[in-house]
Amino acid sequence: MKDPSPSAQLRGERPSVAAAAAAASSSSTSASTPPGAGMEDKAQASPATPRELTQNPLKKIWMPCKNGLPENYISQRKVCMTNCPTLIVTVGLPARGKTYISKKLTRYLNWIGVPTREFNVGQYRREYVKIYESFEFFRPDNEEGLKIRQQCASEALNDVRQYLTDEGGQVAVFDATNTTRERRETIIQFAEHNGFKVFFVESVCEDPDVIQENIVQVKLGSPDYTNCNTEEAVEDFMKRIQCYENSYETLDEALDRDLSYIKIMDVGRRYLVNRVLDHVQSRIVYYLMNIHITPRSIYLCRHGESELNVKGRIGGDSGLSARGKEFAKYLSQFIQAQGISDLKVWTSQMKRTIQTAEALNVPYEQWKVLNEIDAGVCEEMMYEEIQDHYPLEFALRDQDKYRYRYPKGESYEDLVQRLEPVIMELERQENVLVVCHQAVMRCLLAYFLDKTAEELPYLKCPLHTVLKLTPVAYGCKVESICLNVDAVNTHREKPENVHVSRMSAEALLTVPAHQ
Amino acid sequence: MELPQVEHVRRRRCDSTASVPQFCNSPTMIVTVGLPARGKTYISKKLTRYLNWIGVPTKVFNVGQYRREAVQTYENFEFFRSDNEEAMRIRKACAAAALRDVATYLTKEQGQVAVFDATNTTRERRAVIISFAKERGYKVFFVESICDDPDIIAENIKQVKFGSPDYVDRDADEAMQDFIQRIECYKANYVPIDDEKDRKLSYIKIFNVGSRYLVNRVQDHIQSRIVYYLMNIHVTPRSIYLSRHGESELNLVGRIGGDSGLSPRGNKYAKALAAFIKGQNISELKVWTSHMKRTIQTAEALGVQYEQWKALNEIDAGVCEELTYEEIQENFTEEFAMRDQDKYRYRYPKGESYEDLVHRLEPVIMELERQENVLVICHQAIMRCLLAYFLDKPADELPYLRCPLHTVLKLTPLAYGCKSEHFFLNIEAVNTHRERPANVDVNRKAEDALQTVPEHI
Repeated sequence: MKDPSPSAQLRGERPSVAAAAAAASSSSTSASTPPGAGMEDKAQASPATPRELTQNPLKKIWMPCKNGLPENYISQRKVCMTNCPTLIVTVGLPARGKTYISKKLTRYLNWIGVPTREFNVGQYRREYVKIYESFEFFRPDNEEGLKIRQQCASEALNDVRQYLTDEGGQVAVFDATNTTRERRETIIQFAEHNGFKVFFVESVCEDPDVIQENIVQVKLGSPDYTNCNTEEAVEDFMKRIQCYENSYETLDEALDRDLSYIKIMDVGRRYLVNRVLDHVQSRIVYYLMNIHITPRSIYLCRHGESELNVKGRIGGDSGLSARGKEFAKYLSQFIQAQGISDLKVWTSQMKRTIQTAEALNVPYEQWKVLNEIDAGVCEEMMYEEIQDHYPLEFALRDQDKYRYRYPKGESYEDLVQRLEPVIMELERQENVLVVCHQAVMRCLLAYFLDKTAEELPYLKCPLHTVLKLTPVAYGCKVESICLNVDAVNTHREKPENVHVSRMSAEALLTVPAHQ
Repeated sequence: MELPQVEHVRRRRCDSTASVPQFCNSPTMIVTVGLPARGKTYISKKLTRYLNWIGVPTKVFNVGQYRREAVQTYENFEFFRSDNEEAMRIRKACAAAALRDVATYLTKEQGQVAVFDATNTTRERRAVIISFAKERGYKVFFVESICDDPDIIAENIKQVKFGSPDYVDRDADEAMQDFIQRIECYKANYVPIDDEKDRKLSYIKIFNVGSRYLVNRVQDHIQSRIVYYLMNIHVTPRSIYLSRHGESELNLVGRIGGDSGLSPRGNKYAKALAAFIKGQNISELKVWTSHMKRTIQTAEALGVQYEQWKALNEIDAGVCEELTYEEIQENFTEEFAMRDQDKYRYRYPKGESYEDLVHRLEPVIMELERQENVLVICHQAIMRCLLAYFLDKPADELPYLRCPLHTVLKLTPLAYGCKSEHFFLNIEAVNTHRERPANVDVNRKAEDALQTVPEHI
């Protein structure tokens, strides 16, 4: 167990509830400054006395306070440091992967904590024109069609404005062909008018195989083609592409040199990047340059059952139980049976994942960042003990499991930040097996399956079960393979009563059984 | 045959204590391309510094250096005329010598990346390098710098060429004239990397100091990191200020780690820091702190907006948190000795190592590269890591860099490096710097271990 601190132990101190409560409600130690002094000083260069600090009980973040209450929220290091929202605008002929990129980018940005939403103009069109007849709708001389499409684009932009200005959105992805300079100019003006930065993402591809595969994967399943057979659909779609081809004005090195954009050529073989303005754009470019569409699978599993698991204790660095070792053997057989070419295996630096990987008899790489969430003062405790020693903390965690940070430990939110390089490398790689831990696996899964921060900490990741994730169309197919070796359940659901004043029994209602 | 041996060496190289996979595959050659005064050497040195800091053994091979050694005295630009046969022979020989050294570094000396810094402006020269690399199983990644802005070029020449050994005895105008002629010598035969003909090569083209980039066929992790890094650096003049928090209550009693508040002297420092910063008259200063109370309290005194980074938290001393060195010696004798044996790689039980810190701080460095004027208020171990990056200090020096309390370090990029200025703000504080003791053996006596512990209450 990670005690309050060895020094505290040496001095004979015990973890106390009082300390936690004190931190939660009052301001910090020095009583010399009356609360409120120094608050007025936004106008002055430096206040007469430094502001009091209080530690936010949920996230354990020190912030200035007034009368014991947190004051002006000092900015936490968020990924996006832009002051103004960003509008990402896709550019490209149909079947060039714009929607694929839009959805993936949106998923990634949301996962790292940047509120992002995509606005697909095709969706708006489908809602407007209930039934799709044929490619003729897209003919450049179809005035009626043009009017409707213009209308849809405007509506989408309107929703963009609302999202970025009124709803706290940080990035909006405007997913449409935007193939003419004129249309892009309209969007630029719209953005300028509303104080948004614009970043274009153009996808250029002439490889007929790629385009064909694209059409097969995503267009045939589109609502537009539900009543067509494959040949009809493909033919119609090709003609649709042709409608755009004549008026297509690609982003030009000279004419568009003042714009910020990335041009992706041939599914990522080549990139042209122009005028990256800020941190978010730099991260977007890095991400787009690392993703690929080569078919592959990602296998996620936890270490085999550990000795601490059996005792119902969290964290620590124990070895595998007998059943855990059994699982490792079964895992090895399973992996071999899958016949995966060139599989990379990653583990954390904790004994239990490494022991599990050892059984596979293949080279593996250890990542410290795949280590389980640090439970700080609660390391190696049972939930019953946490309730006993830190009932306030236990309740706070149930109130907001994603943002809650263990004292001297981490939160799920911290985990996501620390796992970002793993996600980036997973995007670069092909077939990978990641042997990790419950909280870590929940974070990775949330990325692949686009789960929200609220859902993430409650995703079910039982022991001895492998999840096989295969990218398909715009998402991810998940297969859950239970390797039939019994193990304790380590999943604790959110109890009904999360109030700090709840009874022990209520807090412990959902604790899974253990020795 | 050579290959099996090479494989064996490579596998050994992968045994690392680092917290991230080393992604060891084939060694990589980074090859610069571009006319003189396009920033090739600047990029080479900076990239090398960055890669070494994140733990990828990297070395620069500057062909100009080899030329200076071969031709002791530089006369004038005529040496670089394409019809100067004698000179051409020498230059070819220098390039070949440099390539031989690259091979030694990558194959025999555990190097991972070699940066081949030369103009490499002809297809012919690049073909030689490509086949050299192919023979030995090295990957090649080209970095071409293209610039047609005369102001940038002139500034470049002033900043780095005048100080070059080639121009040591010339006056500024003479040097400028000669250098311009030198550039002309290359221009006639310059064939930039061709988007069509060279589409199978892996490269990045940097236009006009980063306003535009063309990236082709990034092959692997390290190339992807290199591209990301190159796309984030800039040359806009700016300064980075590094400081620790003011003296803390735990500092006073000689205890490490923890999350205590400032001592009275620490508070005084915070105010002095505010005055100092004001006096520096910095435009648009960003202020960053960690999540720990003592850095935040220090920043509060500045009266400006600041951002908290968890990544800037002090090194986690695990089971040794809040102990004095004397207590560590008593309760964790062996650990204490092991730390003295290899302070960079040593990880506290349930804690971190300096090596872990570097990986944790990489996003901070990346963002520092993107930003302009920044003040980072952090901690001793953190500041040592950041300083080592800016001043190119190796892993064995890093944990012993001096970062005393109440002292601001101002770093200003200059030419190929960094100018650093110390400002001690005249507020007394305890010394927290523990030198490596003479005896690091696990069986040493307590006095030997504690010999270098600084004084405290």
